Amino acid sequence: MKRLLVWVDDRTGVKKLVHEALYENVPGGARWRYVWGSTLTFALAIQFITGIFLWMSYSPSSQTAWESVYFIQHEMSGGWLLRGIHHFTADAMTVLLVLHLMQVLIDGAYKAPRELNFLFGLALLFLVLGLSLTGYLLPWDQKGYWATKVATSIAAIFPGIGPEIQKLIIGGSEYGHHTLTRFFALHAGVLPAMVIGLLVGHIYLFRRFGLTAKEPLTRPDAAFWPEQVLKDAVACLAVLAAVLVLTLRHHGAELTAPADPSENYAAARPEWYFLFLFQFLKYQEVLFGWLPGNPEVWAAFILPGLIILLVCAMPFFGRWRLGHRFNVGFAFALVLAVGLLTWRAKVDDRQNPNYVVAAKQAERDAERAVQLAKGPAGIPTAGALTLLRNDAFTQGPKLFARHCASCHRYDGHNGLGDLPTAAVKIQTNDTLASIAKSHNMTEDQLRSFNKLGADSLLPGHSLEVFAAPAAADLKGFASREWLSGLLDPSRVDTSHYFGATKFADGKMVKFVKKDVAGFSPEQKEQLKKVIAALSAEAQLKSQHEADKRDTTLIEEGRTLLAGNEAMRCSECHQFRNKAEDPTGPDLTGYGSREWLLGIITNPKHERFYGRRNDRMPAFGADSILNAQAVGLVVDWLRGEWYEPATRTEVAAQH
Amino acid sequence: MNQQDQPAYPERREFLLKAAAVGVGATTAAVPLLAGLATLTDPLRRKAGSSGPAFVTTLDALPADGTPRRFAIIADRSDAWNKYPNVPIGAVYLRRLEGDKVVALNVTCPHAGCPVEYRAGANLFLCPCHDSRFDLDGHLASINSPSQRGMDALEVEIRDGAVWVKFQNFEAGKAAKIPLT
Repeated sequence: MKRLLVWVDDRTGVKKLVHEALYENVPGGARWRYVWGSTLTFALAIQFITGIFLWMSYSPSSQTAWESVYFIQHEMSGGWLLRGIHHFTADAMTVLLVLHLMQVLIDGAYKAPRELNFLFGLALLFLVLGLSLTGYLLPWDQKGYWATKVATSIAAIFPGIGPEIQKLIIGGSEYGHHTLTRFFALHAGVLPAMVIGLLVGHIYLFRRFGLTAKEPLTRPDAAFWPEQVLKDAVACLAVLAAVLVLTLRHHGAELTAPADPSENYAAARPEWYFLFLFQFLKYQEVLFGWLPGNPEVWAAFILPGLIILLVCAMPFFGRWRLGHRFNVGFAFALVLAVGLLTWRAKVDDRQNPNYVVAAKQAERDAERAVQLAKGPAGIPTAGALTLLRNDAFTQGPKLFARHCASCHRYDGHNGLGDLPTAAVKIQTNDTLASIAKSHNMTEDQLRSFNKLGADSLLPGHSLEVFAAPAAADLKGFASREWLSGLLDPSRVDTSHYFGATKFADGKMVKFVKKDVAGFSPEQKEQLKKVIAALSAEAQLKSQHEADKRDTTLIEEGRTLLAGNEAMRCSECHQFRNKAEDPTGPDLTGYGSREWLLGIITNPKHERFYGRRNDRMPAFGADSILNAQAVGLVVDWLRGEWYEPATRTEVAAQH
Repeated sequence: MNQQDQPAYPERREFLLKAAAVGVGATTAAVPLLAGLATLTDPLRRKAGSSGPAFVTTLDALPADGTPRRFAIIADRSDAWNKYPNVPIGAVYLRRLEGDKVVALNVTCPHAGCPVEYRAGANLFLCPCHDSRFDLDGHLASINSPSQRGMDALEVEIRDGAVWVKFQNFEAGKAAKIPLT
């Protein structure tokens, strides 16, 4: 063994190299303040190791990127841990870079003869940020897709050659396969190679001029090995511990739903360390509106460019005592400004109801995408996005919110948990409280909606308020519970049913309010049978058991539906036979998939409301929605979507 | 000043420092490496999907004289995250013998995995890669064949005139027929 070492050393001089590396002089002995550079090198090593392992399972194309990352995260053993470490170490590196930079500035380690090394360090900082930016897109999820899209759109406003730069970066005019292959090549090839090159130079120059000792030195000089090495190793362990804690707490890095170019993602935000830029751009008009040219160019390029130039020039001012003080002060001011902007961005988001709803929706989609990918059908070759696009649970509420919620409600909201809004004119004697009360809002909601100050209600101006429903609430449509409400004299003319429609004083409402209200106990029993029978027409998944159990009840109900003097259904409605002149919708198959498809496609059809139709558009007949979209809304209203077997069901099968 | 000549610590402390530095350093380096290795070795913990018998053809479609005929096996295939329903996952030669017995041979050569071809003129199976030869029963037909075993026979079931085959692949290059898992 010893002879082998001698043999290798004779031919390489490795012993001297190791010796030089380990016995670097540390003026004043080992200190904690010298650990930052080592922690960064260590973090970079983690990224190389985990990155290469991730590479082995990653597939960069718009139909496989999300899918392969999903597979790493949810199927491969230890994949979530690997991804989590990679993700949170990237976060940690950003923090460590700032700490390292501040340490170098405070200790004056950037001054002559170390100017060049300072510039190397800055270049490394930007390369690492570049790695973060490119890495954010690679999972091809909604979050990364939309955030990166914003970033590359900013590149497009670069004066003169912006559009060409953007096209080169994303490999075309639209995001797609080549965006991923390019970003991946940058992320895993070009940028890491540049980092290695610069890091070698950085460490070489660092060794050439030695450590910048922070005066006063209280202890004698010592070698790097072993005490400083131990301190460095402990610091690295602390970094790793922090990364692991974050990884465990979040069960790895987040993976949102697969990127969907057709589905705007209001919750898109850049990674937290770029949030300050995002926030800063919001103030571009205020800050740069008075300057010539596009304020965005000032905010995104000119000012950041000047700041970077200034930082690059720091070693040269640093020669003078005042210059050094300015540098340190400026750096602190910069960190403070970045911190404030980041904090402001977070607060803005938290107070923005649209963002909160969008973030919640994003979470729901992300969960659902994984659920479907894990489902028995797996992921088709067209990609996981098709799973979501064909999923009633995902698309139903979105379509409902977009097309139905201007009149209808779903459990009181628009399907997405939000409330549609409308504008009202302020009258002279209105108060905040009176407006809030008449629109079922709290005063706080009213204030935050309209960004109102203390008491600034100007008559004639308009306010954004929750819109009142104009048609029935469709949650549980055609279920026994829903029908019981419809046939309840105290509820039929509320806005939950016909109250807000032109049928509010129509025949049906009159029948319920007069006839049903006067029903004898015996007739009330009959009504229950009618409800059970009518509801059974819908063949709802949620009532499968009840329908199966109550066959006789339902059979009796059907007879009553078809013609009964007290129930009077057949006077206006058809049921399984042709009535002479039906004025209400056909009750045959009421609430079934086919019936709902029909009424949404064309409510003016004589089978439904005919010419008595209120304001409901013919979504299918007038080509507002295609057949697939109508089907998705119907399936969602009926509660028909894939649900993974619960653990007990799986156990029962085996 | 050269520190090596005048150690700042007694030897024992120096040793502990070194041991601690190496220990902590090794631990920190090991964690990302282990997470990576866990994922890398994931395939070792995955079983190949074994499927039940698949319908291949009808008995009537097979020549009564025992001439082999090639059929694709259609079944569901999964590849990492993708699932492909009803795609060819392999192929077999089917031969109808006397008494409506059917023999199924996996077309994959047991030597190195190339698909074996049926040569009607020579009345044998020939592997185009390394010239392994098999007779119509699938046995090695020449001592010069590099394959260590004959072609892999598969389980066949006849149900009401329909031929069902339990398709499997086996480890290549070995004398023993070991199913791939």
